[in-house]
Amino acid sequence: MKVEKYEKIAKDFKPETHKIRNAMIAFVVGGLIGLLGEIIIEVLCHYTHISRSSAGTIMIVIMIFTASLSTALGFFDKLVTKCKCGLLIPITGFAHSMTSAALDYKKEGPIYGIGTNIFKLAGSVILYGIMAAWFFGMIRFLLGGRI
Amino acid sequence: MTFTYNDVYVKDTATIAGPYEKKGPLKKYFDKTFDDLYFEEDSWEKAEIKTVEESLKLLHKKVGMKRKEVDVILGGDLQNQIAATTYGAYNFSKSFLGLYGACSTSVEAMILGSVLIDSKKVKNAIVTVSSHNMVAEKQFRNPTEYGAPKPPSATFTATGSASLLLTNEKTEIRVESSTIGQITNLNQNDPNDMGKVMAPAAIDTIRRHLKDLNRKPDYYDLIVTGDLGIYGREILKEYILEEYDLDLSKNYNDCGVMLYDLKKQEECLAGGSGPVCSALVSFGYIYHEMKKKNLKKVLIVATGALFSPTMVHQKENIYSIANAISLEVV
Repeated sequence: MKVEKYEKIAKDFKPETHKIRNAMIAFVVGGLIGLLGEIIIEVLCHYTHISRSSAGTIMIVIMIFTASLSTALGFFDKLVTKCKCGLLIPITGFAHSMTSAALDYKKEGPIYGIGTNIFKLAGSVILYGIMAAWFFGMIRFLLGGRI
Repeated sequence: MTFTYNDVYVKDTATIAGPYEKKGPLKKYFDKTFDDLYFEEDSWEKAEIKTVEESLKLLHKKVGMKRKEVDVILGGDLQNQIAATTYGAYNFSKSFLGLYGACSTSVEAMILGSVLIDSKKVKNAIVTVSSHNMVAEKQFRNPTEYGAPKPPSATFTATGSASLLLTNEKTEIRVESSTIGQITNLNQNDPNDMGKVMAPAAIDTIRRHLKDLNRKPDYYDLIVTGDLGIYGREILKEYILEEYDLDLSKNYNDCGVMLYDLKKQEECLAGGSGPVCSALVSFGYIYHEMKKKNLKKVLIVATGALFSPTMVHQKENIYSIANAISLEVV
């Protein structure tokens, strides 16, 4: 069989993937999650009089909890299908990647199942997140910034 | 490699399907369907094992045979170490051969069963295959609850199990010939476009089958491929016409497209896949239509992407295979 001819014919039947539309949906949904985070922080600061950074931490905990709960209740994946990467890129996606892996492997037990597989998707984020933090932290340090 | 057979017949079939297949247009051809993907079990893997047990139990009941009476069971699935077939067939097999041909396993097993019967080594053989959407997602892709967006060219693993009894006793449908495919590599490496990966294997096997037996495509009432999906199906039709001058525009379809109502069932994307996809269509729809004599000569070309995530991550291509078997009404 001829590779070039095959690729040429296959190209005619390749479906469109709507990349721009998906990116727009992700942009809007991701932005809304950010807005929601800001609202939570403002509300916490206003009503509990805690510092902004403490309110930020509590906001992240709320986001992670809500995302994990919706994964466990089985509708986060359906939202992802609709909202594309808008829900996967923020912290909600990070929590979801761990909870969904944990759910999948719970039958294999706490060690070989959940323990081994919970970071299946999140492992890369953690590893390269830490490396990037170290790298940019070093740059900031070398440029004389505060540690 | 193409052989013809003298005394190999199809005695009966049993098909068990899941909730997505139940919503499709072939619902009435399935013997039993389930509404829940767990099939009353507590894990996806056990759910798939249950479908295998159910289809084997039903097949034995239909043909009036006891467990372990059939000479040999041949089959496979997509789980690691073909666990679904092994565990599911445990209580039924006098002798067992576990096979892996990815989504082409059904025809691979039918060919081996037919050779064993035709050479008079055994009197009868059961072919059984299964797949489960969630098991395949977990094994080959992301966690089942992750729901990462997929492109429209991706296929959707069918859920269920299908079994068929081959025998040397004369029935209305006989196994006429078969072609064993070759491993094909056409520099394809996109696991989200398996139709494009497998179409070359199907093209090669169909072309060689027709050439070896000196037939034209219109010899058959229907030629079906396993799970190329809507886009793979069109690529196949176009390429085989342009390169080999074989016109499949009238009597060709793809089981992955036939299994679902792709306009309504958007989650199925380009169509069904998995070993049971071609088996549900051929042991369900095709078998029943042949019994009614609406179809008399059918060529089933089960296609398989011999996909190893490890090899793809190591930047290797995805290889594919297609095996063909011809069934005729006696």
